[in-house]
Parts: sequence; C-alpha cells; structure tokens
Amino acid sequence: MAELSYRDAVSRGIAQEMRRDPNLVFLGEDVAAAGGVFKTTVGLLDEFGPIRVRDTPISEQAILGAAAGAAMTGVPVIAEIMFSDFLAVCFDLVANEIAKLRYMTDGQVSLPIVIRTANGAGSRFGAQHSQSVENWCMMIPGLKVVAPSTPEDVIGLMAASVRDPDPVVFFEHKSLMATKATIPDGEIVDELGKARTLRAGTDITIVALALMVPRAMAAADRLAEQGISAEVIDLRTLVPLDTRTILHSVERTGRLATVEENPRLCGWGAEIASLVAHEAFWNLDAPIVRITTPHIPLPAANNLEDATIPSVDKIVDTIVSEWA
Amino acid sequence: MSELDLAGRVELLERMWLIRAFEEKVSELFARGQVVGLIHLGIGSEGSAVGVCSALRSDDYVFGNHRSHAHAIAKGADVDRLMAEIAGKASGYCKGKGGSMHIAAPEVGFVTATGVVGGNVALALGAALTSVTTQDNRVSVAFFGDGAGQSGSLHESLNLAALWKLPVVFVCENNGYAEFSPLSAHTVVERLTDYASVYSIPTVTVDGGDVMEVRRAAVSAVARARAGEGPMFIEVLTHRLRGHYEGDPAAYRELSEREEWTVRDPVARFRAELEGAGVAADTIAATEAAARSRIASAAESAVAAPGPDPEEATTDVYAV
Repeated sequence: MAELSYRDAVSRGIAQEMRRDPNLVFLGEDVAAAGGVFKTTVGLLDEFGPIRVRDTPISEQAILGAAAGAAMTGVPVIAEIMFSDFLAVCFDLVANEIAKLRYMTDGQVSLPIVIRTANGAGSRFGAQHSQSVENWCMMIPGLKVVAPSTPEDVIGLMAASVRDPDPVVFFEHKSLMATKATIPDGEIVDELGKARTLRAGTDITIVALALMVPRAMAAADRLAEQGISAEVIDLRTLVPLDTRTILHSVERTGRLATVEENPRLCGWGAEIASLVAHEAFWNLDAPIVRITTPHIPLPAANNLEDATIPSVDKIVDTIVSEWA
Repeated sequence: MSELDLAGRVELLERMWLIRAFEEKVSELFARGQVVGLIHLGIGSEGSAVGVCSALRSDDYVFGNHRSHAHAIAKGADVDRLMAEIAGKASGYCKGKGGSMHIAAPEVGFVTATGVVGGNVALALGAALTSVTTQDNRVSVAFFGDGAGQSGSLHESLNLAALWKLPVVFVCENNGYAEFSPLSAHTVVERLTDYASVYSIPTVTVDGGDVMEVRRAAVSAVARARAGEGPMFIEVLTHRLRGHYEGDPAAYRELSEREEWTVRDPVARFRAELEGAGVAADTIAATEAAARSRIASAAESAVAAPGPDPEEATTDVYAV
C-alpha cells in the first residue's frame, strides 16, 4: 500500500503496461525528457528508453497518424494529446481514421491505441485549454471513452484501455492531478464499461464523471443534511456505458440528476437522460435534472470560471430547487 | 532489385495492363450502376503505381488514398476481391463496408486507403515506426496527390519522418489537378519537391509516363530507407486520363493537354519500348488480352455476387 497522486498514477499505469508489453510505444509532446507538461510521465524515458518513449514535435496529426499506422501494423501505442482541446487539431485522425479503420476494413486491421489527454477546467486556462470534451468522442462510433476520477482508477482503467484491442480516448482531469489516495502495491487491472456506485442512497441517483465525482459526493453529504438521500455513481467510462448500473439505481430512487462538466448541448448527460426516460420512465417520480456547464466558451477569470463549472453549491441548489 | 531483365519488364507491362483493364471495367460498371459510391480512377498513373510497387518487398507497407485501385493491384491485391469490394459485395476485401475509397488488402501489404486527402500520409509514419521499433527492416510508402501537398498533415508527416529518420517513401503523384482546379490555383510553389527539401528530405522528380524511370527512383529511395538513412520524396509527374471522379467531364482541361498525355500514356509507351527491345508482338498482345480476360471474369463474378448479409452492418463494432 502506498499513497499516490492522480498525477503519479498516470506514469505508474503507463509503466505497468510498458513492462508487460515490450512492443508498447508511448508518444507525445514533451512527454519524454520533460516528463509531461503536467509531470504525469516522469521517469518513463529513463526506464524504457528513446525508442519506446518519444518526444514529438507539436504536430498532433503526425502523432495520431503515427499511432494509428503503428497500431495497424502490430505495435500498440499510447499517444498523448497534451490538452484535450487539441483533439480538434487532429480530429480527422480521431474521428475518420482511428475510429473507423477496423470497421471499414472488415476487421482486417485493428487499432490498439490509447489517446491520453488532459481534460477539464479549474486552472483558469481559458477557452482553448480548459474544455471538457469527452462528449466529442462519445458521439463518434468506434471510440471507447474513459475518464477516471481516482488514482487507482487511473492505473486500473489505463491497463484496461491498453489491453483493449480497439482505440480508447483516456481523459485525465487537470484539476484532479494533485489528489491522493492509498492504493495497493502490484499490478492493478480494471475493466471498461463498469460504473461504480460510490455512495448508496434512496431518494435520487446522481451520475457524475471525473472532477464532478468528488463534487457530487460532497453535494450528497449536503443533501443528506437536508434529508435527501442521494446515491452517487461514478460512470468511469462513457463508452461502453454501464447502463445497467444507472437503470437499476434509478429504478430504486425514482429520480436522476447528471453532473456534467461538458457544455450543455449534446453533453453526455443528455444521452443518459434519454436512456432513463425511455428505459425507466415508469420508475421516475420527477423530471430528470441536468447540471452542466452552460453552453458558452470558457472564461479565464477566477470568478467567471468558478461560476461556470458545476460546483457543490450549484449541484445542491439545483437539486433542491427542483425537488417537488 | 536494380535492373530488370526483359521477362521482368514484361511482367511489369502485365501488371500495368491489369490496372488499365481493371479501371476501364470499373468505369463501364459505373456507367451501368453496378459499382457503388464515388469512383476515382487511376487511368494514366499505372507507371507510378507499378514502378514504385515493383521496388518493394511483399511485406513492405503501402498506404493509399482515394484513388488507389492501381496502388492496391500493383502491390498484389486480388482483382476479384477488389472488384467485389467496389461493387459492394460480400466477397470484397472489406465485405463491401469500405468501398472504392477505403480499400484494404493488408495481407499483401496494402495496409489501407483513406478517403480524406492527406489523411493517409501520417499513417505511413506509424508503419515505419513499427519497423523501427521491431527492427523488421520493412519500408512504408504513402501515395498521395498534388492536392494533398497543401495539407497540414503532409507537412507534419514530412517533418516527423525526417526528424526520426523513418523508413518512409513519400510518393506524390502530381497529375496537375486537385479536384477540378489546376495546381496553380492551389499554391504559388512551382515544384512540390520543395515541400520536402525544406525538411532536408532528398527528392527526385520523375516522368510517370516512364515506368522504368519511376522504378529506378523507387529502388533507390527504398534502398535508402531500408538502410536506415531516412525518408525520400518522389514526385511522379502523371496524369489523370479521366476526370476527378467518374461523372466529371473534366471540361476544365485543355484538349491539347489530353492529346499530349495520350501520347505519353505509360502503358502505350512501355508497350512500344518493349517491342523495340525485341519482345514479340504476340507476347505483347497477349499481356493485354490476358489482363482483359482476367478482369472480365472478375467483373462478372463481382456483379453476380451477393451483397453482404445485412448483419454485416454491425460486425466489427466494439464501442457501444
């Protein structure tokens, strides 16, 4: 057992998999010598050397193209896109190539790739370095989407993503980097498509992801003080989506709130609201509540960013105000 | 791998005829509504496809673009499965799920084609990265057109290939037109090789009407890449004897230009060259006849073949 930060869990997770598969290669901007802009990849160059751990130029299309071509020819790759906002720079590779090549070729090729990327707000970086864009990837057929909220999940879900034969986009939250937890020694391997119920409750199901998970947990404490028993589910992966855990919970609580950092229109909560409205309609006692970032580009100023991203207060206030 | 004897050159002609016959047949099937989707033909670029691929080992990698039937055949793809793919049939390489712009025959080293201009170039870097990582000594080739020259993906790929000394051969088939407009409407750069030179990648410009000239350039580029000396950029001056896609009357082209290229047609030229070198007229005629017969049979099978089972629409789906 050791205490480990979310940041250090990233490098431990990558190292665990690079030790296991001697062909696994890791690419990205300033990931090798500098250890990553968020220091998530410190030590990997020293352990695995410059053939397997490579610094690239600021060329996102070349990074993902190289990842795709290598994966298709037998070398699995972890590729870092430094900020998730930059997925937009190389979206042809993400949406048209990596997501579709196995299907288009009728399975003649497969693409074992993990695209790791720093997601989310909280650092006052403004509209081009703070977005939560997991919903961009969720809507593309052919991508799995993972967003861990704890150090242990970083390692376990990284292992599951690397061992998956198909492409996974792995969102690491910038504002969770410093969070710490005690985690077991040895290999940690988890499973994609399994949500985790972090807190049992009877009155409402709160579904959250990444940074919104600790906020949903804090909100549940506050709701309990007001006599509302909230069940909190950490989705962990958006694709595959653990619909069973969500539906079973709503069947018992009769209410659903989603807490999303992505902007409102076509955020992942809309998909879950649709699912629950269809599959658990007769179990619902109240309208579904979506708590999201408003549909705006993100501002940089402290007070503006704080007012924009769902906070514990906002989660509590929204749920209480809609309680009927 | 350097110079070919006469029999070897006749084999190249056979391969060029196979491509010409294939593409002409696809054009016919398109006119009859028997192939699916957008069809971009490589008639006129046989010298480039065959010249380059004849310099490769069977386990080397080729990445094609939207106009890649010729590249796949040159790399050894089976014409029955290729025709069936373009016709959207179950017996196609991709069971009809790819279509003309997304063909793939990785078993012969034609890893894949992509329909996004410039989108395939970066993929070749990755196959080269595999070669460097596993030290399997293979070479990767990316075929693209002059239209991809102005794409960011190409420039990122040239830079990274040079930086990492990757075993990649960039083959730019410069047919003078990007979609419907001449190269001069796309860039003020007159020689596309300048794009590679700026990244310190050696370049050569060859006449795509001369398959042996293309081959010599490719042999040298491939040897260089295999020896670990890094990428090379070959500009092949070629021509589309058809429009951008089938159905495009190509009215933007000067008649004189078409006439000039009919004379420079790589297939006709190579045939004449082999006749001049002493290959019997009957042997030459037989190469064309054999190719046309082979392709007629491929087309007949493709047209007659059943479409994919409806359930194929949801196979190779893993992220739901």
